[in-house]
Amino acid sequence: MARIGVFVCHCGENISATVDCGKVADTIGKLKHVAYSTEYKYMCSDPGQTLIKDAIREHKLTGVVVSACSPRMHEPTFRKACAEGGLNPFLCEMANLREHCSWVHEKNELTTEKAIDIIRTQVEKVKLNSALQPIRVPVTKTSMVIGGGIAGIQAALDIANCGHKVVMVERSPSIGGHMSQLSETFPTLDCSQCILTPRMVEVAQHPNITLYTYAEVESVEGFIGNFKVKIRKKAKSLDEKACTGCGLCTTKCPQKKIPNEFEQGMGMRPAIYVPFPQAVPNRPVIDKEHCTYYIKGKCKVCEIVCPTKAIRFDQPDEILDLEIGAIVVSTGFDIKHADFFPEYGYGKYKDVIDGLQFERLASASGPTAGAILRPSDGQVPKNIVFIACAGSRDPAKGIAYCSKICCMYTAKHAMLYKHKVHEGNAHVFYMDIRSGGKNYDEFVRRAIEEDYVNYIRGRVSTVYERDGKLIVKGVDTLLGAQPVEIVADMVVLATAGVANPGAEELAQKLHVSYDSHKFFAEAHPKLKPVETNTAGIFLAGACQNPKDIPDSVSQASGAAVKVAALFSQNGLTREPLVAFVNRTAPPMYSTCVGCFLCQSVCPYQAIEREDFKTRDGKIIKTVAKINEGLCQGCGTCVALCRSKSIDLYGYSNNQVYAEVVALLNEF
Amino acid sequence: MKFGIYPGCSLTGSARDYNESVFALAEAFELEFTQIPDWNCCGATAAHNLNKELSLALPARILALAEKNGLDEIIVPCAACYSRLVVTQHELKKDPELKNRISEVIEMDYKGTSRILNVIEWIDKYIIPQLDAKIVNQFRYKVACYYGCLLVRPNKVLNYDRAEDPQTMDIVMTKLGATPIDYPYKTECCGAGFSISRTDIVSKLSGKIIEDAEHRGADAIIVACPMCHSNLDMRRPDINKYWKTEYNIPVIFVTQAIGQ
Repeated sequence: MARIGVFVCHCGENISATVDCGKVADTIGKLKHVAYSTEYKYMCSDPGQTLIKDAIREHKLTGVVVSACSPRMHEPTFRKACAEGGLNPFLCEMANLREHCSWVHEKNELTTEKAIDIIRTQVEKVKLNSALQPIRVPVTKTSMVIGGGIAGIQAALDIANCGHKVVMVERSPSIGGHMSQLSETFPTLDCSQCILTPRMVEVAQHPNITLYTYAEVESVEGFIGNFKVKIRKKAKSLDEKACTGCGLCTTKCPQKKIPNEFEQGMGMRPAIYVPFPQAVPNRPVIDKEHCTYYIKGKCKVCEIVCPTKAIRFDQPDEILDLEIGAIVVSTGFDIKHADFFPEYGYGKYKDVIDGLQFERLASASGPTAGAILRPSDGQVPKNIVFIACAGSRDPAKGIAYCSKICCMYTAKHAMLYKHKVHEGNAHVFYMDIRSGGKNYDEFVRRAIEEDYVNYIRGRVSTVYERDGKLIVKGVDTLLGAQPVEIVADMVVLATAGVANPGAEELAQKLHVSYDSHKFFAEAHPKLKPVETNTAGIFLAGACQNPKDIPDSVSQASGAAVKVAALFSQNGLTREPLVAFVNRTAPPMYSTCVGCFLCQSVCPYQAIEREDFKTRDGKIIKTVAKINEGLCQGCGTCVALCRSKSIDLYGYSNNQVYAEVVALLNEF
Repeated sequence: MKFGIYPGCSLTGSARDYNESVFALAEAFELEFTQIPDWNCCGATAAHNLNKELSLALPARILALAEKNGLDEIIVPCAACYSRLVVTQHELKKDPELKNRISEVIEMDYKGTSRILNVIEWIDKYIIPQLDAKIVNQFRYKVACYYGCLLVRPNKVLNYDRAEDPQTMDIVMTKLGATPIDYPYKTECCGAGFSISRTDIVSKLSGKIIEDAEHRGADAIIVACPMCHSNLDMRRPDINKYWKTEYNIPVIFVTQAIGQ
């Protein structure tokens, strides 16, 4: 005989302002099988929880309905209270009187009646609840960090320093990411490479970190604590153990006219190359697309000059199978390039460059050794124009968001220019200056007040070339929309930060969501900013949205803690609200006929095949089996099963029917 | 091939030269035109400033007449008329209720099936393929292709060429043997409808367009719009007076350039 307790919460005034909670509790108390019914102002508070615990013992309750807010808010709270009161936590249900009733209706009789109806459904449901036990899942204590930029480096080091193994996978030949390309960093103007390269070395030397560069994630299967990952180690055409990194091959390679990616196309590199002198690992790779040997079948100069005979032209790609417990995605971002901007010349003017190209110009290790020289003729630009929000905050261009970093780096660029070209004039066109951050606004003010950068509030309509000069036409909205025309020697576009090419494909491999701009989506915008909606996969850095270095590093440490917390347990517990395939006595074994329609619709790849065999190993019958580690309890298979062989713990067909019937029956 | 042609007001008036060159071209390439019978004003800039329904009804009537006469492809040489007709077709396509309402207003069936071509599209599709066989003199000049505002805008509706730095006219002119210059004033405003009311504004704006073409050493400015032509050409004395210059660069229609 069921003995249900109902606990009606006022939620302060959130519920009681429109629902007559006293009447609700009284009415429900008269229902059959309801042994106890009461109301209280804050059921989630300590006295409220005590009320539930005491009632469970005193009235020997077999089920509890807490009528309060959304289960997403407090279901864990009340399930825990029930457990402490001696009741299996899965015998506790919540009736959502707040979001589903009091917040969306006026105060009147009908609202109170609806509240009563909502509770009645849950009372009928909880009568059919069964005591469930949490599912235990083992954890592989090795993590994988995808992407070796500053976010990935920070996450890897933090996890490794907690004593856990890390596998770092980087697509390009070196780790370091965009930060290694930067000249100085805001708001301190300290050298980017000087603070980054020691970290890169630390990654390479850390005993807990295994580094795979020039490698990509091929596939990811499995679930939290138990991912099975395939990594493709692209052939570097090099025996890494034999290579000493002497660099002779890179100097002798006859193919020298390949645009250098690291220099953003502002310099050239050979076909066998190390991306930059401080690269980690400091070993070359052969770019097969451009190598003369791979194209024409002869050359092999690198092989001839190599003192240690380390070149391997026939090296195949290698596929590695790894067992991984948690994944940090830190694949970073890209920027729109100048060819995205028709109004600024579609990238056809050599002296219209993007922000990353300017970083390389200003960098001591860049193509001009840090001198600001314009690409067209190598002259020092006397007049330079920076255009902020090139693409960002421009719905007409399909990029409605703020790229966040451009205001700061534009101020930095203008400052670096003024520090190097004292007699030059720097102009910045901006929409708004967004310099929220520690010492950020002070930094921008310094550019304006101490370095005399000319800030003009307004957009630029067009940039065109005339007599070897760039004509920049814009507007000064602080001077009453006055048209402004600047004759410039060089124009730098602070182009929008966008998702990396391949982000969408990776998201699909990982089964994590992404937004319309292909940035990876967090599980909750405020309270779960580093988690994805796939358990065990976390985010760090600009693959989520454009971020500066401090934000990327903070988030990376946050993701690392999530991984470390996961690895601090010997196993995982999961809510047992999963699907199950029924079992019957032999020779039937199950009503499942093995059609596996369920397998084709399961969004989580949670349905496996199970064979029943005779003693000599002959297969009698094959039926579906749910992998409880993967199943998310969505119920798609339940709805589709033709022989009604699958049901869902916690939300069985009978429970849902009971709820519906409760509503259909006159009260 | 038989096309409908919608001349609009200017081709029978200030842009008679445009009209004649379009017809001469058609004749030379054995393309036949049928003028849409009983055509009316497209509404120009005035109608859509005053009354949306009127601004759609006027072009809709023209299109309905074309449909009634079995004209599947209509060439609209005037860029402003072209814009009005295409915008109307677009608006009525996305709103069936509005389409029914406009059909009631014009008291005619309107389906929206006619294909509307501007003069550049028409040349590219029907003239260029036979050009080699017919060409007498190559047009070997440096030209500034001036598109004006309406030939490529509103871009989302027209879905024709690119709004900033369009290319189609440059490509056509290249095929005729000309050398188009890198010309940033391609879509800058010529003063448009201020042609009558504020010639000072036209002088100022059109003056800049001419100055840049001259400065870059163009031999001619090529246009495909009667309004652009009248502002850059007919208003030349005003422009020269305003800027105290003596610009004499010719402004010719793209159809005239082919016939040269």
